[in-house]
Amino acid sequence: MDHRPQAWGRPRDDVYGAYDHSFMNTNSHPNQHTQQPLVTGTSVLAVKYKDGVVIAADNLGSYGSFARFTDVKRLHTFQDTSVVGFSGDISDMQYITRHLHQKSIEESYASSSANKKSRLSAANLHTYLSKMLYRRRSKMDPLWNHMLVVGFDDDEKPFVGSADLLGTTFTAPTLATGIGSMLAQPLLRTYAGTDEEAAERTKEEAIKVIQECMKVLFYRDARSQETYSLAVVSREGVEMKTSEKLENMSWAFADRIKGYGTQTV
Amino acid sequence: MFRNNYDNDAVTFSPQGRIFQIEYSEEAVKQGSVVVGIASKKHVVLCAIKRNAEELSSYQKKLFAIDEHCGIAIAGLTSDARVLSNFMKQQALGHRLTYGRAMPVASLVDEIGTKAQINTQMYGKRPYGVGLLVAGVDEDGTHLFEFKPSGMTEELVGCAIGARSQMARTYLEKNIDAFADASKEELIKHGLQALHETLVQDKELTIDNTAVGVTGFKEGSKNKAEPFKLYEAAEVKQWLDAISESKEGNEGEGMDVDE
Repeated sequence: MDHRPQAWGRPRDDVYGAYDHSFMNTNSHPNQHTQQPLVTGTSVLAVKYKDGVVIAADNLGSYGSFARFTDVKRLHTFQDTSVVGFSGDISDMQYITRHLHQKSIEESYASSSANKKSRLSAANLHTYLSKMLYRRRSKMDPLWNHMLVVGFDDDEKPFVGSADLLGTTFTAPTLATGIGSMLAQPLLRTYAGTDEEAAERTKEEAIKVIQECMKVLFYRDARSQETYSLAVVSREGVEMKTSEKLENMSWAFADRIKGYGTQTV
Repeated sequence: MFRNNYDNDAVTFSPQGRIFQIEYSEEAVKQGSVVVGIASKKHVVLCAIKRNAEELSSYQKKLFAIDEHCGIAIAGLTSDARVLSNFMKQQALGHRLTYGRAMPVASLVDEIGTKAQINTQMYGKRPYGVGLLVAGVDEDGTHLFEFKPSGMTEELVGCAIGARSQMARTYLEKNIDAFADASKEELIKHGLQALHETLVQDKELTIDNTAVGVTGFKEGSKNKAEPFKLYEAAEVKQWLDAISESKEGNEGEGMDVDE
């Protein structure tokens, strides 16, 4: 009989056979970090106007090129003062929004009495998110998102900031993620190229240019959808619409496009 | 024979429901030299009397800047205060790095409150032997907090801790209505006046033993903090002169009241 301490309390090998260690490690392959996004959202657009910010993103969650989920809300409000728009991986988006929800609860405990207003501004939130993304990329386990954070900065001026999976940060009067940064950003710059110009634009003008850009993106972006969400962040709060539809589309140009399908001409 | 059996550690209650080690640590605060804090709507002022161990030595610092918007005054064991002030500096800086804003004063005070309370509930630990006045500004306005070794924290308009601080508190209570709308200069003078009340017979406030720290909002700004500024030595002369002048002016009528 085996009297060594490491055998104490164990089934006897001579009665039950050798101990089977294999159940301890069920997966024979090593753990893997995220290598690519799976369910994804496409571009997010945001522009400043004189009293706030307008942000939009469509409601599609694509699985590769498959339009898998058609009712995914990609704009999330934070404490009624900021909005975060997500492109990239939807499950990472859900992880981050759960985390932000927790954060906002903690923050409201920290300033619980009614007349207190110390809150995280959109600029503070943007810094926080960028640190979070950078930390994860440094662990070689990135959160696969590119997001726009909109609201107001500490001087209560309109704020639009971008943060991506590498931890890169950027602010500008107008911003777009993904393919929108190529297709919509040049159009948005004609609306407002500088903060001074953005400070002269009205809410209606801002909404109009966003609608136009969403339309261009739906024409050209193969991972986009007709229904989208649009939020206006002003000093009064957040006005969120989640089932906007593109209007006045014309597909007349479509039958002149050649070279993508099976045509032989 | 009548030895107290309930003061050997900080985790045992006496049958009367007291924890002696915590009470002793608050005694250590009472032996420290006095510090006074007052908050108006626009500024927070900390005033302190510094002690020197002997004639030839320098004076022990009593006021410390924690961050741009926040500073502390200490009474009690300076070495324990070092630990707390280093911790507070780290927290404030960490908050600036992760959020890009100044840490709200209430959260900073909560952090040290929690830290100090843990020491009163774990065997083998002892409470901090130091009390703090934390002065700072944030989006909610100006703040003055008192911190005790028990881990208790509270926000006040004016406060004094340390040796003979009751005299200073009495002065503050008498003048409380003047604080809210007081200017920076007036607030400092009230602080020094309160300090003066605590002095024993032949002691005086001098430029060597007096320190003043001020933070507040920048002129004409609602949310921009004026960096915490420490005034020592020659910089406090102007205010010391001002209060001794007003003293002399009042001496005649005040004499018989004092006797």
